Amino acid sequence: MTTPPASSPESAACAECDVYRSARLRKLGLQPGPWDYVVALAGNPNTGKSTVFNALTGLRQHTGNWPGKTVARAEGGFEYSGRRFQLVDLPGTYSLLSTSPDEEIARDFILFGRPDVTVVVADATRLERNLNLVLQVLEITERAVVCLNLVDEAKRHGIQVDERQLARDLGVPVIPTSARFGRGLPELLAAVAEMAARRKGGFGYRLSQEPPAIRTALADLTSRIEQAYPGLPNARWIAMRLLGGDERVAEALRRGELSALADRAARGNESALRESALPAR
Amino acid sequence: MNPSSPAPTPAPAVEEILAQARRLREGIPGDIHEHLVESLYADAGRIAERSVSRPERPARPTFDRTLDRIVTSRIWGLPVMLLLFAFMFWLTIAGANIPSQWLANLLVENGHPWLRGLADAAGFPVWLRGLLVDGVYLSTAWVISVMLPPMAIFFPLFTLLEDFGYIPRVAFNLDALFKRAGAHGKQAMSTMMGFGCNAAGVVSTRIIDSPRERLIAILTNNFALCNGRWPTQILIATIFLGSLVPAHLTGLVSAGAVAGVALLGLGCTLLVALLLSRTVLKGQVSTFSLELPPYRPPRLWQTLYTSVLDRTLLVLWRAVVFAAPAGAVIWLVANVRLGDQSVAEVLVAGLDPFGLALGLNGVILLAYVIAIPANEIVIPTILMLTVLVARLAGVGEGAGILVQADSPVLVGEVLRAGGWTVLTAVNLMLFSLLHNPCSTTLYTIYKETGSARWTALAALLPLGMGVALTFAVASGWRLLAG
Repeated sequence: MTTPPASSPESAACAECDVYRSARLRKLGLQPGPWDYVVALAGNPNTGKSTVFNALTGLRQHTGNWPGKTVARAEGGFEYSGRRFQLVDLPGTYSLLSTSPDEEIARDFILFGRPDVTVVVADATRLERNLNLVLQVLEITERAVVCLNLVDEAKRHGIQVDERQLARDLGVPVIPTSARFGRGLPELLAAVAEMAARRKGGFGYRLSQEPPAIRTALADLTSRIEQAYPGLPNARWIAMRLLGGDERVAEALRRGELSALADRAARGNESALRESALPAR
Repeated sequence: MNPSSPAPTPAPAVEEILAQARRLREGIPGDIHEHLVESLYADAGRIAERSVSRPERPARPTFDRTLDRIVTSRIWGLPVMLLLFAFMFWLTIAGANIPSQWLANLLVENGHPWLRGLADAAGFPVWLRGLLVDGVYLSTAWVISVMLPPMAIFFPLFTLLEDFGYIPRVAFNLDALFKRAGAHGKQAMSTMMGFGCNAAGVVSTRIIDSPRERLIAILTNNFALCNGRWPTQILIATIFLGSLVPAHLTGLVSAGAVAGVALLGLGCTLLVALLLSRTVLKGQVSTFSLELPPYRPPRLWQTLYTSVLDRTLLVLWRAVVFAAPAGAVIWLVANVRLGDQSVAEVLVAGLDPFGLALGLNGVILLAYVIAIPANEIVIPTILMLTVLVARLAGVGEGAGILVQADSPVLVGEVLRAGGWTVLTAVNLMLFSLLHNPCSTTLYTIYKETGSARWTALAALLPLGMGVALTFAVASGWRLLAG
């Protein structure tokens, strides 16, 4: 553990200290709700999601050094600063675009489960490829925190990631961690708790390189969707999916799942309702 | 995905939006999906470029690369893999013996008479004592003493390899084989999971996105020996094949035989995948990218802790849960009488001709029927039935009581007295590989495929193969033996 030496015993410094912050964490394992907040854990395969999950919940979800280990959702809980968080470990995916069952589980939860915070675990040694997923998540939700994991390994390979620059570009907090050794987790917790309590998420991210023809079409469709569902936070993403011919999203529209989302967004965060939005599997 | 409940009538606005989306889509040249993905990649590249700095010279540790060059080499990859697994089996076989005997001594030799005495002192009627102590307790105790030690060795070893990062290399080595068989390369992963538990293996096929290839992976997962079958393989190989060679080679030969059966299972997986992809499940082979993660030093204590607590105890618990009622069933079929014979004897006699034609016997077939809930209890059931049918004197303590098989030597004596030969042993190992999946796995297959027909195929296909193969081996054996 990288516990800084307690050279300055002032109380102000305490708030910044790992030991102090860790002490505010209570791992709740499989204890039942009610929960104050729901946190989803997304990321590419083999970036350490389950390791982060275990470290925070005290559970021992099986972890393995290979992609595709988690194919279903795992759930657990922790308490931090007196708030109870439910943590949902999603299957590792490279994208949220295609239709394999694991990607659908991940996407449906982020979209319809409406977590208060989505933590995207990204592999610092393969940042560019991991950003593909991060950007897709940020299109759906602005309430995200990027957990830049495996920084120790990146350092060993001589790779440096400027997390402040990254956070500026992405518009959400970026926390460097090394979850296997518990490094950075107190900071991650603090960022998650802070994001959960915020009324508004980060400023999110919008694709900017699309061809002009698509851009105008997107704008047109987005404004129509916003008119039909005022308050829907990810109208542009829905428009993008409809334009791409995503049947699952079209189906959700027909079945009224989206209007339920918009209603809830308009009423603010009501965690209790969230449970019912989970697609049955 | 279809809604299970009737969908509410969509508001006119919804249909209008969908229609507009269709119109706009037609107005855009090219593949929209591709445009969007390209734009996404461009953005990801731009952002990464701004925040990541790399050294001029790629500094990938040479250790990883050297190791990968060996374990994923075209020539050495598969042999290294086989040797590694054979070594793990050997460690398991060699290491499990002593704790196994210790546990049997504690639970069976001392625990059982003590419990019997307790039941007598409490005034239990004979049938209740028989059902609970001789049936439920004894079979449970047997399962624990036979299964716990090998699992407590094998699982941590496997988990250490997994934590180290070797498993994706196995998938990499097998990928080309699977692809040639018309299956998805990711099936290598679900097969690896199947070596632990087929039910888990079937669930893990969710990583395969093409339904055709996923079905192939589900239907062939049973050919990966699950941990309910490892103890059977290890025990029978040790008793019958290990004893054919001098003592110092016993472990080696048994481990080799078990590795051979596991390899045969892999062969069956590929063969059946090939057949399925040429017949009922025709289609394109999809490509995917497999990431070889860096090797990571395994966290020893954590791995031991997790694999012992999560895997070993969980699997053991499952075995116990199934063994306890099965023990009661065994006791009942052995003690409920039809005329002057017990139900078990009638059934065994009926199954015997068929069993013997397969180089097995009626006892083994009946045991596989009783043990449908879990493969773990096959061996205890076989032992009990053998004692009953052969009416062995001096072994066990009466009808339907699992024998005190506290050491492999005694198990061997019982089985040989029951008419077992090396052929019986070999064919039991083959049949243990090739028969219907346990009921948990079948239920999982039904849940994952949603189809009773595929589930039936998943059960009947390996069973048919097992019957055919054991029959062929028995016929050939008898022909050669004259």
